Amino acid sequence: MKKILEISNIKKYYHTEKEEIFALKDISFSVNEGDFLSIVGPSGCGKSTILSILAGMEKESDGFISLYNGYKIAYMLQNDSLLPFRTVFENCCIGLEIQGNLTDEAKEYVSSLLDTYGLHDFKDLYPSSLSGGMKQRVALIRTLAVKPDILLLDEAMSALDYQSRLTIGEDIYHILKQEGKTAIMVTHDIGEAISMSDKVLVFSKRPAVVKKIYSIQLEKKRSPILNRSDSKFSYYFDQIWRDLNGEL
Amino acid sequence: MENYSVEHTCFLKKKKRERHCVLFFQIFLFLSFFGLWEILVHFHVLNSFLYSSPSKILETLFHLLLHEDLLLHIGITLLEIFISFFLSLFLGVLFSILLWRFSLFSKVMDPFLTILNSLPKVALGPLIIIWCGANTGSIIFMSLLISLFITILTIYNGFLQVDPNLLTMARSFGASKWQEFRYVVFPSNYQTILSTLKVNLSMNFIGVIMGELLVSKKGLGYLIMYGSQVFHLDLVISCIFLLGMISYILYLLIQKIK
Repeated sequence: MKKILEISNIKKYYHTEKEEIFALKDISFSVNEGDFLSIVGPSGCGKSTILSILAGMEKESDGFISLYNGYKIAYMLQNDSLLPFRTVFENCCIGLEIQGNLTDEAKEYVSSLLDTYGLHDFKDLYPSSLSGGMKQRVALIRTLAVKPDILLLDEAMSALDYQSRLTIGEDIYHILKQEGKTAIMVTHDIGEAISMSDKVLVFSKRPAVVKKIYSIQLEKKRSPILNRSDSKFSYYFDQIWRDLNGEL
Repeated sequence: MENYSVEHTCFLKKKKRERHCVLFFQIFLFLSFFGLWEILVHFHVLNSFLYSSPSKILETLFHLLLHEDLLLHIGITLLEIFISFFLSLFLGVLFSILLWRFSLFSKVMDPFLTILNSLPKVALGPLIIIWCGANTGSIIFMSLLISLFITILTIYNGFLQVDPNLLTMARSFGASKWQEFRYVVFPSNYQTILSTLKVNLSMNFIGVIMGELLVSKKGLGYLIMYGSQVFHLDLVISCIFLLGMISYILYLLIQKIK
């Protein structure tokens, strides 16, 4: 497997007028092409911070990120953040517009994504008429539209109710696999992490270090929901649960 | 229509009845007010010199229309309203953008804007006349002063209220500050800007009449001032009646835009 992203010794401080917050102490890991990698950790440990840094929205205080040449990263937020005054299609084009790449060809690609993933009939509707799950799907297509190789998913399902979480998780997983994308997902849900990922990173509490890395090897790799009933699922669950409990 | 259920048809009928009822009482109120006025003056309960009367108002308006360039006076007043309206919209949006874009600028301006906004602008009237002279310029300036600061504060606040998640989304695609504005902040605030327009129109109306009362040679405010100076109260009351009509028409106009 080809290594496409390497993160070495990332440190991050936040500054407020009252204090300095030491968020990330020493974070190193690497990502292979096509991997689905999850990061779990106690809340407030800075797991979302690492995504912001990777997305270029925040600057690391120290350390290196090497992204192998030609690869592109895109970020998918916790909530769908669809613009209420734009149609589904126009929402999917926003990233392309901002990056100055809204060519006819790109528009066609967006259309084809919408067609493939069952949103053809909703193209010209406004987000307010979509269900939560559909909005999340639109948000995913908006992210895919800029043709990234690596997607950063920041608690992408956490705003949804449990049932939608499972379905959307399944949905996102299949779309990413079908499109051959690499993913780094931050979540607080251990089950979600194990069922979707090839690798799970456990962060310690703040200032965070990578406490453990699990390479998830289930009896038989299937879709996320089926993976939950795998005989090895609860083994990983217990292990990670214990790692996290030690951090509380 | 025939596809509706009985209940729905009843509901529609009820709504229609309600609308007719409202209209009836509006006309009733209008007619009885002016009717009563006319009768009271006719039987000398009210002094027609001090209180005028609907018939004298009509007479005065016709006279003004035929011999005194009434339309010119109305036109001048309207023109002043529109100029100050568009100026305050333009300057208001421009300043809000600058405040939003440069946070240091907004921090510096914060107390000054608050002071300027709460200062009773009428108090500046005499100064404006001395500085700008007795002309249309000072009337527009007066009207602008009244509406500008509240416009800036309202629109700027609208810009600040934009859902931060939407801004994060734009930034995640590498949006610059201006792109954030263009794609997220500005389009999110169409509604705010529209409602500011509505408030502004009446503010500019107030400002213009105030300005005309202070200085002018033309316009409805001038006619009112002139009328009161020569004790021609028919003229004063006629013009006030016209102002009422105009403000209602402007109100309808803004409703249309919405």
